[in-house]
Amino acid sequence: MSSQDIDRNEYYRSLKRNIFLIVILVSYIPLIVVSSGILYQMHAIHQEKTRIHLETLVKKHKWNIDHFLRERQDNISFIADSYRFDELADSARLAELFRKLQTTYGHVFSDIGVVRADGTQVSYVGPYLLESAQYNDAEWFQEAFQADTYTSDVFLGLRGFPHFIVTARKYKDGQPWILRATVDFLAFNDVVENIQLGQTGFAHIINRAGALQTRTAGRPVSTESAYLALFQKANQFSPDQIQSGTRQAADGTDLIYVAGLLKENQWALVFQQDLKDAYRDLNRTRNIAILVFGLGGIAIFTMAVVLSKGMITRIAAADREKEIMNQQIIESGHLVSLGELAAGIAHEINNPVAIMVEEAGWIEDLLEEETFHESENLTEFKRALTQIRKQGIRARDITHKLLSFARRSDSIIDRVDVNDLIREVVSLSAQQARYNNVEFESRLDEDLPAIQVSQTELQQVLFNLINNAIDAMDKRGGVIHVASWSNGDQVLFHVKDNGPGIPEANLHRIFEPFFTTKPVGKGTGLGLSICYGIIKKMGGEIKVESRVGEGTVFEINIPIDVRGATGAEPPAPVAKHAP
Amino acid sequence: MIPSEETDIRLLLVDDEEAFVNVLTKRLAKRRVTVTPAYNGTEALQRLRRGDFDVAVLDLKMEGMDGIEVLKILEKMAPELPVIMLTGHGCQISAREALAHGAFDYLSKPYDFEALLQKIREAHQSIRRSP
Repeated sequence: MSSQDIDRNEYYRSLKRNIFLIVILVSYIPLIVVSSGILYQMHAIHQEKTRIHLETLVKKHKWNIDHFLRERQDNISFIADSYRFDELADSARLAELFRKLQTTYGHVFSDIGVVRADGTQVSYVGPYLLESAQYNDAEWFQEAFQADTYTSDVFLGLRGFPHFIVTARKYKDGQPWILRATVDFLAFNDVVENIQLGQTGFAHIINRAGALQTRTAGRPVSTESAYLALFQKANQFSPDQIQSGTRQAADGTDLIYVAGLLKENQWALVFQQDLKDAYRDLNRTRNIAILVFGLGGIAIFTMAVVLSKGMITRIAAADREKEIMNQQIIESGHLVSLGELAAGIAHEINNPVAIMVEEAGWIEDLLEEETFHESENLTEFKRALTQIRKQGIRARDITHKLLSFARRSDSIIDRVDVNDLIREVVSLSAQQARYNNVEFESRLDEDLPAIQVSQTELQQVLFNLINNAIDAMDKRGGVIHVASWSNGDQVLFHVKDNGPGIPEANLHRIFEPFFTTKPVGKGTGLGLSICYGIIKKMGGEIKVESRVGEGTVFEINIPIDVRGATGAEPPAPVAKHAP
Repeated sequence: MIPSEETDIRLLLVDDEEAFVNVLTKRLAKRRVTVTPAYNGTEALQRLRRGDFDVAVLDLKMEGMDGIEVLKILEKMAPELPVIMLTGHGCQISAREALAHGAFDYLSKPYDFEALLQKIREAHQSIRRSP
């Protein structure tokens, strides 16, 4: 491989790389920008939607729970308002009322009791043995006696089971007493646990101390204190306001939380969910989008590889064609300039050759004089002079052929039947062919249209090609195949021999004037140049194919309508005539 | 001795190649052709004014006035004078133009001497035959 080929391959490789990179960049950048934008927007919208949905949900439940608590409070207040202390202190009466409560509201209340200001429960209805129980030391007791109505936090109390109570304070003879009822913890939990979303989304209630007021169904509520800030911000928000945000759990899980304050800002209803769980749909959509974009990316990559490869193949083919065309232009330019040069030389040579021949003739004339008759070298003089004249004539023939090549010879355009011309030339060459043991084979298209060309010129072309073929075979013999055919626009013929063929190195030079491989004196090297000139003038083409050891074929095509091509006179030669 | 015709032929030879004119003059003289040389068109016309000629041999390409121009003048000055054109470059188009302007014939250089001599004699015969 030559260094030029290596450079070219390097050039194509770099071009291929550049095309590949451009395709990748031009395709990937918009793809990445657009898909990132879409994903970002999708993410933002979905997050917003999720947040709004959760806020709505929490708001509704907050209302439900608030309503539930208020209703319980109202139940107890209503009874306290409707009955006197004595009536309620009667356990049988209280049991009747408790039954009515359960009938009306289900098992929302688990027990009910009346407590005096000294902390003694004077009557009690419920599953525990709490009659005459002392609540003096209970935390809720103090607070309950300070307000008309009161709802406690969840506590274990005497029964050792989480519960909370609602109370209503009344007076008898100036002494306060309270009606207290325990809200069924499970019933309350049901209200709260209604909010369940996905696999990890659940709601719970905490008090201002961060203590859980509901169950968490085994779900970790790692840092309740994380939500204490909700209470600190309470005065900044309206009671109905919902707060939301994200935080990180102790185990590193990202959580989304939505919270609302309950029970006059004493409790907070908190809904929390793993972010991954909350955004499960989003993530699934994102994964599908990434998959689609990934497949698109692979398609683009494949296309970039195929495209760059295909383009390089085409560019390389175009470059090759361009190179061949350039070579042909250079070669034809070379032939034209050589032709013009040859014509100039021919003009310049004819005059001195004429003088030489005349001078030789003059010496011959003088030798005829008697005084030279006895010269012993007379015969030799005469031979030399004959040779001078003969070579002069040969020089003239060469110059005339040169002029033919330079298209300076006259020609008459006529209707020519190529088949007739082939037959004529073959028969004229038959003698020489026999001498060289060459046989002719012909396959002529009998429907060949006539063409408008100079018969003598075309004859000369055929003569040159056939004589060259005969010469090529030497005396070893062979076959010359002559064929004619037409493709509608052109008449074509070929002269094919099975001689030794033309080496590739010589093939592109055979149409150059004076290029010959024949021995000195046997060929002028002008035959094919003349053929080339004539066929070009006719607007046709002459092509050669040859394989060493197999033979050579000259194929000629001539347009059927060549009047335009032959109508114009060739330009005059550049060379100046000698004085 | 080289055979010759009965009477000398008076020939006007016009060519800008002096060496050519000189050798041809000598050779033709041996064949009873009296050559008056002229080395360009102007000189040829001067010679023609001074003397009579049977035949003229005229080179086609010459510096200054070329053969065709001289021929055109000769056509008017001496229409009966047969002119043989010589061409240095085998261009048949110019030769044809010469024939169109009344040239008797043409030859391409380098020609065969005998052929030239033959043409000169034919040209001479043609004026003898013509009335």
